[in-house]
Amino acid sequence: MNNLNLPSYLEQEPDVRARFEKIRQRPVVLKVQHLGKIFPGTDGDIVALHDILFNIHRREFICVIGASGCGKSTLIRILAGLDYPTSGQVLLDNQEVKGPSPDRGMVFQGYTLFPWLTIKKNIMFGLKMTNHGNNYAAEQALQWIDLVGLSNFANAYPHELSGGMKQRVAIARALANRPRILLMDEPFGALDAQTRSQMQAYLLQIWRNVDITILFITHDLDEAVYLADRIVVLGTHPGHIQEIIEVSVPRPRNPDQFLTPQFLATKKRLEELIHPPEKNRQEDLPMIRLTQAGDEVI
Amino acid sequence: MNVRKHWFAIRKDLSGQRSWLLGLCSFLLPLCIWSLVSYTPWIWHPMVLISDPGGVAYFQKDMLVDREIFNKENAFMREEGESEARGELANPIYLPAPHKVVQAFITAFQTAPIRRNDPWLHQSILHSITVIFYGFTLSAILGVPLGILCGTFAFFTRIIEPFIDFIRYMPAPAFGALMVAFLGIADAPKVAIIFIGTFFQMVLVVGNTTRLLDKSLLEAAQTLGATSKKLIFHVIVPGILPNLYRDMRILLGWAWTYLIVAELIGASSGISWFINQQAKYRNYDNVFAAIVMIGIIGLTTDQILRFIGHYLFPWERRN
Ligand SMILES: Nc1ncnc2c1ncn2[C@@H]1O[C@H](COP(=O)(O)OP(=O)(O)OP(=O)(O)O)[C@@H](O)[C@H]1O
Ligand SMILES: [Mg+2]
Repeated sequence: MNNLNLPSYLEQEPDVRARFEKIRQRPVVLKVQHLGKIFPGTDGDIVALHDILFNIHRREFICVIGASGCGKSTLIRILAGLDYPTSGQVLLDNQEVKGPSPDRGMVFQGYTLFPWLTIKKNIMFGLKMTNHGNNYAAEQALQWIDLVGLSNFANAYPHELSGGMKQRVAIARALANRPRILLMDEPFGALDAQTRSQMQAYLLQIWRNVDITILFITHDLDEAVYLADRIVVLGTHPGHIQEIIEVSVPRPRNPDQFLTPQFLATKKRLEELIHPPEKNRQEDLPMIRLTQAGDEVI
Repeated sequence: MNVRKHWFAIRKDLSGQRSWLLGLCSFLLPLCIWSLVSYTPWIWHPMVLISDPGGVAYFQKDMLVDREIFNKENAFMREEGESEARGELANPIYLPAPHKVVQAFITAFQTAPIRRNDPWLHQSILHSITVIFYGFTLSAILGVPLGILCGTFAFFTRIIEPFIDFIRYMPAPAFGALMVAFLGIADAPKVAIIFIGTFFQMVLVVGNTTRLLDKSLLEAAQTLGATSKKLIFHVIVPGILPNLYRDMRILLGWAWTYLIVAELIGASSGISWFINQQAKYRNYDNVFAAIVMIGIIGLTTDQILRFIGHYLFPWERRN
């Protein structure tokens, strides 16, 4: 890949540039202001997040990417209100976030459907918690079930569904409350490659049809480039923003774009940021020889 | 090799047919051993049942004597030239043969009590079931909500669990005399013993079950707009329900073990009274019949509850 003559990842075609121009005009939905998080640990304090600062505009699709343990989950949990920052604040429509609320929907990496409720009732759950009537909730739920393509499973229980189907229900359940922003923490991490790319296509389709802003966490570079308008790249120790990249791949996206020059250029930049070349050379790794066989077997 | 054909595969289910077969065997095997000991003359049988006392003065027909004594007396008779005693090998009276117990099981329900005011067997059983019902229901009404509170709020864990942990180490029967002093000699102290025996364990067990509920379900519900009260009634309670139900089934079994002590305090009553009476008259076949009856009642209620649970919690039906 290094040998190819790739354009700079910063280069944008006119229509892509125009699109980002338009996004910047839109109102800011979520403001993350100088966010910091320190966990008291057994070997002294762990700084999980340091001075995280970015804005998300309406209907933008943001991916957050970073190595394992860099604080991605911590960040999204704070945005959801499930955890508290030790410094800084989060503003949703200029209101400070003080705890979990239905205006920020969340999809977790693990399957968190309620096992005692059918698919339909799972999707109705949020609406009933926010004091909507039973009839309205049921009607809405059926619409969402149709939208995620699970009409035949309305009365099934979660354990009767595959992993991909469960996450589709989880997305529908979060969206049924009409949140301002959808937070997703590695939602497709447990799925096999094929289901995963199917789910990515589904998600883009839903995003096109529903007025929703998405913040999506992943550690899969392809996934990030394929889905995002902008990618927030986090670095480790402590978790901080390395760069916010505007993805120059034009929309609408499709899997054929995985090999276009813009796609590869963006991905290469991400790779440089997440696996800096000097840290990843094989010769530097201490390695114990665990085999008696000679090198000819390789 | 086909794994499904193994009888011993780690954490794999057996086919329905095999499960049934093994379930049957788990009852048949003990029955076989019991029959073997009872009906095979050369296995055990340390006694002799006299059929003809012969010349031995103190032997009587239908008397049970040790084999050693029987042989010694007969040797003596042979020396004296008198007629020997005859009899067949038998087991001690406290081990009646299966068919005796089955007979007793049937006749025990049909025979009137020896004294006219005493209860029939079915009345004794009914009485026992009533005591268990009140004791266990009372303990569930108080114990389940308290357990859920303990599992949900650290406040209640800290203020309730240490003391309960302290009490639960005191054996429930130890409170017997006190309960009679407080509550008289009728059924109230018996219900109280069942209550004491199950309540404290129940709070701790339910508390633990509640704590085991996946925390991410609570977080998911919070992001969907559920607040404290709704979290308890719409997530915690339904979430733990199948496990709670299983806990109750186990604790109900404990209630039966406390029953025997409970019924002996104050005025003894119920099935334990029946067992004690029959033992006094040395009707050990009736004693066995009553013990088996307890087992049957326990097993049947548990199976019925399991069956009901299957319908109450359809999402727990795996595979
Ligand atoms: N509750 C906690 N208490 C103490 N330390 C924590 C806690 N939660 C997270 N951390 C620490 O914060 C850092 C970031 O964790 P986090 O789970 O946010 O990482 P992540 O980027 O989501 O990783 P992954 O990709 O593996 O999910 C880690 O070093 C972790 O040890
Ligand atoms: Mg994580």
